[in-house]
Amino acid sequence: MTTTEAPSGHPTTTNEAPLGPTMTTTAAPLAPVRAVGTGHVRVEGRDKVTGAARYAGEVPFAELAHGWLVLSTVALGRIRDIEADAVLALPGVLAVLDHRNAPPLKTDYVGLLGTVPDPTCAVFQSDRVPHRGWPVALVVAETSEQAREAAEALVVHYEQVPHDVEFTGDRHDTHPADGHMPAVTDKGDLEAELAASAVVVDATYTTPEEHHHPMEPHAATARWEGDRLEVVDSNQGSTWVVGELANLFSLDPASVRVRSEHVGGGFGSKGVRAHQVAAVMASGMVGRPVRVVLTRRQMFTLAGHRSPTVQRVRLGADADGRLRALDHRSLSRTSTVYEFVEPSAGVARVMYDADAHHTENRLVRLDVPSPTWMRAPGEAPGSFALEAALDELADKCGIDPIALRLRNEPEVGPVSGLPFAGRNLRACFEEGAHRFGWDRRDPRPGVRREGRWLLGTGTAAASFGAGAAPSTASITAEADGRFTVRIAAADIGTGARTALTLVAADALHVPPERVRVHLGDSAFGPAMIAGGSMGTRSWSWAVMAAADELRERLVPGAAIPAGGITVRSDTTAAIAALAQKERHSFGAQFAEVAVDPATGEVRVRRMLGVFAAGRIVNPLTARGQFTGGMIWGISMALHEEAARDATSGGPVGADLAGYHVATHADVPRVEAYWVEDDDPDDPVGIKGIGEIGIVGAAAAVANAVWHATGVRHRSLPIRPDRVLTGGRDA
Amino acid sequence: MALVTSSVITLHINGERYSLPVDHRTTLLDALRERLDLTGTKKGCDQGQCGACTVLVDGRRTVACLQLAIAAEGREITTVEGLADGDRLHPVQQAFLDLDGYQCGYCTPGQICSAIGVLAEHAAGWPSAASADVRPAAGPPPLTADEIRERMSGNLCRCGAYTSIVEAVARAAESGPASRTAVVPGPKEPAA
Repeated sequence: MTTTEAPSGHPTTTNEAPLGPTMTTTAAPLAPVRAVGTGHVRVEGRDKVTGAARYAGEVPFAELAHGWLVLSTVALGRIRDIEADAVLALPGVLAVLDHRNAPPLKTDYVGLLGTVPDPTCAVFQSDRVPHRGWPVALVVAETSEQAREAAEALVVHYEQVPHDVEFTGDRHDTHPADGHMPAVTDKGDLEAELAASAVVVDATYTTPEEHHHPMEPHAATARWEGDRLEVVDSNQGSTWVVGELANLFSLDPASVRVRSEHVGGGFGSKGVRAHQVAAVMASGMVGRPVRVVLTRRQMFTLAGHRSPTVQRVRLGADADGRLRALDHRSLSRTSTVYEFVEPSAGVARVMYDADAHHTENRLVRLDVPSPTWMRAPGEAPGSFALEAALDELADKCGIDPIALRLRNEPEVGPVSGLPFAGRNLRACFEEGAHRFGWDRRDPRPGVRREGRWLLGTGTAAASFGAGAAPSTASITAEADGRFTVRIAAADIGTGARTALTLVAADALHVPPERVRVHLGDSAFGPAMIAGGSMGTRSWSWAVMAAADELRERLVPGAAIPAGGITVRSDTTAAIAALAQKERHSFGAQFAEVAVDPATGEVRVRRMLGVFAAGRIVNPLTARGQFTGGMIWGISMALHEEAARDATSGGPVGADLAGYHVATHADVPRVEAYWVEDDDPDDPVGIKGIGEIGIVGAAAAVANAVWHATGVRHRSLPIRPDRVLTGGRDA
Repeated sequence: MALVTSSVITLHINGERYSLPVDHRTTLLDALRERLDLTGTKKGCDQGQCGACTVLVDGRRTVACLQLAIAAEGREITTVEGLADGDRLHPVQQAFLDLDGYQCGYCTPGQICSAIGVLAEHAAGWPSAASADVRPAAGPPPLTADEIRERMSGNLCRCGAYTSIVEAVARAAESGPASRTAVVPGPKEPAA
């Protein structure tokens, strides 16, 4: 492992560095070293730039067979018949799996994350089709070409009935929905405070259906050996997937092993999905390892997505901008088979207080695929609406947008009443304003022109929860003086493997070159997933706990036995003992845009974010995490929108040419910085940074578009046609 | 007459020769990944839309998912596995490693192969939509960040590592001609 200060080519990526003098005993007490806080290149970086890193669909298996999913072509109805015999006669076809021959699955359980399984994953259990793109069969063949041709040739007969996929804000068949937070919070007399307010903003914002689209499509290979099941998978948590598969197939979790060494992105979409379950079933059926990989098109209906939202925000304030009333109501959409809410109205529960404060998440069930967690679920669309409304309020009050936010900084959690374990939003805004040059900003909209471009700047605040969940880890002091860490963490591109190497090195008081981290294997014991910005915090906690105990066990000067000395940690009790506080990361986002009023083109010229997100473990990779999130914000503000056809009920342009994500030419200079964010009472001091970067980013862009043009765009994405029509169709 | 649906072909990859039977439907991408165990070339969309499968064919960048394997016979193919000289990384690989020009790493082989192609195209004087002067006589435009962004835009990175990828391509370009060529050793005897 090398540092950024000395990025020499290193012969391997697994810390196989020469150790110098042979170390067969633990050294005398070592001076504390500090690896955390210094930039380190990724320990697996060499494997990634040479193509040696193998992802789930690339791990070789002898006698491998290939499965190809067949998805429904109707949006609602029943399967009347499947002409399996015709494709079974095609070359190389080994099996056709569907609801008539699939083994029964158990679905009445609660999984690791406290959720029940999405029936989309419990494949082939009935003839019912609840949305277009629902898995109806799996064709298994010797080669992927044979499987694909047979899958495309498989004739499925349906009994079709009329469907409803129309998502609008004026639907009456909605209900309040708890997700990972209560549906409704309410205090004070909203209407009275609005009536007493000198300034009122009442606006409706919409965000479209959005998709994760990690670059690596979902892939899994399953193999049965007697009663033991092995799955090589691309997921965000092998503990999570083992639990789901063991429950679904009624297996002893100890007989299931899931490995996931390199993962090509996840963003919330890589839990248990139809392809793993189908692969497990098929492997049992054909008695061989079976690999199932989702196509990019299949990912539009099987990988989950972010629901569209319609959000109404009402803000009432005194003339000086102090909030008297805050009302945020969000409607999102789910499938008819699974309850998932995009809790966009939750943002204000942390960000702003008011004498009357109401937040509410509602849901409508439609004949569409099931949505799921997607990077900053709730916060991403919710912060767009709330932070855009704050910008409107600042304009109406004639107050600087930053000053308005700082004037409304709450002392305690607006809903919980709990104290904040650090709330360094003010420092983020002060540092960001200084770096961005905010003090030179003319607040008037639509007055800056450079050639054909109108120029504007905008800002927004960000927050994301800093939770932790129980995890276990083991560390072995090896006889050769190295330390081996084993934890069922997932490195989905966050740099977790490198971060945990640095955390372990500091906790063990050794240089990182002496630490090897193995992750992505359920055999290492239970651990939190890479999700909810909780992974690195949760895993670091377990690694630090194991390291502390191991250091106590090692006697200076004493030899280490050939098998090493291993300790295990479990953070369940420590996390339960954590004081109840509002624990969050905070951030300030800034954007400068140029808008061409003749073509409607919006270009982001620069973005800058400053974050208070605990101790930053690896500045080199952290910068990429923050800016990557901010780039998601650019993409959300200007590009991403999945269209759904009301007639067919299916997605339109379901590929990466139809669903635009930001590419190189869309992304200008994007800078991320961070401020000190110490909490002396926190045993870890590390917060997750995977999601805070996207929060508020789209609002900063939208607020900058208003500043450039004088037109509010309350519907994302801010497409050229919307700019040309002045936002009137929003 | 029986339909012929497969053929034995010889592919020249990273200086090696591979003879293998392929289904005529097999793409170059699937031949690399599923027949030859060269899994460094990634499948992101299989539709020519994401750039993850970018390889160099006769020195030019090509998306391997839109090329049939049988049509690649006789061409010199370079994949990400063929770029390093033993333990010494190619300048583009080294810059990606040093500047963290990636996150999950799945688009990375395509970005790296594409960057080599970009630097070669730029040095050869090919203009882009970002070039101020596109007349052939103008020669290569300054290799600004905007030039790199425009030319790399066929390669998506969902993690959003774009800022450090652009820095890495600019850093690699400082190495001169070595940054824009793939070292291809002379043909050897058939390896498979």
